[in-house]
Amino acid sequence: MRSDSGKLALILFMAPFILWIVLLIVLPQLGIGYVSLREKLGPRQYTFGLGNYIDFLMEPIYWNTLLRTAWMSILVTALALLVGFPVAYYIARIAGQRSRSALLLFCLIPLWVSDLVRAFGWIVLLRESGLISGALQWMGLVSGPVEMLYNDATVVIGLVYTVVLFMIVPLYSTLDGMDEVLLEAGYNLGGSSFTVFRRIIVPYAMPGVVAGCIITFMLTAGSYLTPILLGGKSSSWFTEQIYNQFITRYNWEAGATFGVILLGFTSLAIWLGLRLTGQSLATTVARS
Amino acid sequence: MIDEGKGRLFSLIYRSYMAVFLLYLVAPLLAAGVFAFNDSLFPALPWQGFTLDWFFNDTEPKLGMFHDERLLRGLENSLYIGIIVSAASVAVGTWNAFLFERSDFPFKRLLYLVMVVPLVIPGVIIGISILLFASMIANGAYAVFGSSPAWLRPGIPLIVLGQCSFLITITSLIVAARLQKFDVALEEAALNLGASRYRALFTVTLPFLFPAMFSAFVVAFLVSFENFNTTLMLVGSDAPLSITMYDRIAKVGSTPVLNAVSVFLMVTSGVLALLSVLVQGKRS
Repeated sequence: MRSDSGKLALILFMAPFILWIVLLIVLPQLGIGYVSLREKLGPRQYTFGLGNYIDFLMEPIYWNTLLRTAWMSILVTALALLVGFPVAYYIARIAGQRSRSALLLFCLIPLWVSDLVRAFGWIVLLRESGLISGALQWMGLVSGPVEMLYNDATVVIGLVYTVVLFMIVPLYSTLDGMDEVLLEAGYNLGGSSFTVFRRIIVPYAMPGVVAGCIITFMLTAGSYLTPILLGGKSSSWFTEQIYNQFITRYNWEAGATFGVILLGFTSLAIWLGLRLTGQSLATTVARS
Repeated sequence: MIDEGKGRLFSLIYRSYMAVFLLYLVAPLLAAGVFAFNDSLFPALPWQGFTLDWFFNDTEPKLGMFHDERLLRGLENSLYIGIIVSAASVAVGTWNAFLFERSDFPFKRLLYLVMVVPLVIPGVIIGISILLFASMIANGAYAVFGSSPAWLRPGIPLIVLGQCSFLITITSLIVAARLQKFDVALEEAALNLGASRYRALFTVTLPFLFPAMFSAFVVAFLVSFENFNTTLMLVGSDAPLSITMYDRIAKVGSTPVLNAVSVFLMVTSGVLALLSVLVQGKRS
């Protein structure tokens, strides 16, 4: 039996946690949901309904931006997995003990550098008067300056760069725990390298793959700086729409609607990823 | 024999792939860094000779970052926000760690899940949600009292709240991981030796947690310092450095002073990360 004073102590003990979750997370999120259902009739006159969501569906520019963001995010996640897997495997399984920690540390360096500096670095490299354009001219491969910014390929390269480390770290930590005996058993049973990779390594790494993909996808879909700075005016990224509605046009109802849609969209992707592989959110996030 | 040749070729290709990947990782950072020291008005080739003007020169057109009023004010705001945010996040995070590791309450597993959720909400959405919620409270206060507190308008207080909302999750996880490793027998020994609960907490448990709290502080500070998405939605007239630098890139384009800021940011975060690794290594 818990005494009354014990209950009071527990409530006090929980107070900071509850205040944080309720005031900074739950109520503000409910606030967006509330405003997204509010339709403006005139100054200080509102009615409630799904009008803002219908507006979203009726305006091709809006949902095309969402589809484009979704499709690019899937592409970036797939590329990050493709690029990151061999790197994580090399660090965890092939590199010697010494070079392993050096490589891991090396891979983590860009993680500590802000998005802004990384994007700025790409601008210095890729713009018309940038390093790569200059090098190509110097080698005589092109006759005039080449503009490599402001196209989709650059945005994808920049985004993969920003998120690939969040793919490598969870992959590395799962692959690192794999027992060499598993691989030997696979080869002894007559498996080819490809079979061993497909039937042993991939299933073993699956928790890391899921964790990496979820974080990568979420970071990409929610990113703002890289698509805008590297993609320029034509990038049409969904977060940019939210910013425009909220800050530039001061249309909070539409902005909140877009916010709810983006949140629903990333949550759905995360839920699907967890569902397909039978993982739980707590362990997945804690692992990374 | 053929197999061995194949294996060697494979290993050669694999190594070259790793080399290309590492080059991909450092190329933009090098490009951002090197041109801070080029004695030219543009961050581009040709190389005009080494200079530190982009850091220390005090006259236009080569105004160094340490004489650029707006950049300095941004830096000051960033430091101020970063310190408040990390101190608050570490305090609440440590409290949460004790709550989840040391006590039992209804719906504990569900609430643990709730604690992790802020990490999977995109930063832009955290930003607009705090902005909206603050303005709703401000409107309510205006309707009741005829005025509303200034801190509910976009500005540093809202930035602090917005960043804390997801950083507390990170600090809670870091401190809880260390608290899990703590041997409760040590605390019991202190209590048996006649220490009060507070004394045991402050002389045994908290010193054990210190490395984790320190590294949580550093991580929170770095994330706060570099945060852009949440901050962008909440910024008022006192912009932190990340916003100031973004404005500069978007409006002025690239100037070597931004390379200088990049070098400064890279060195600072490198030193802080190293410090946190050292403290963790020494204590554990």
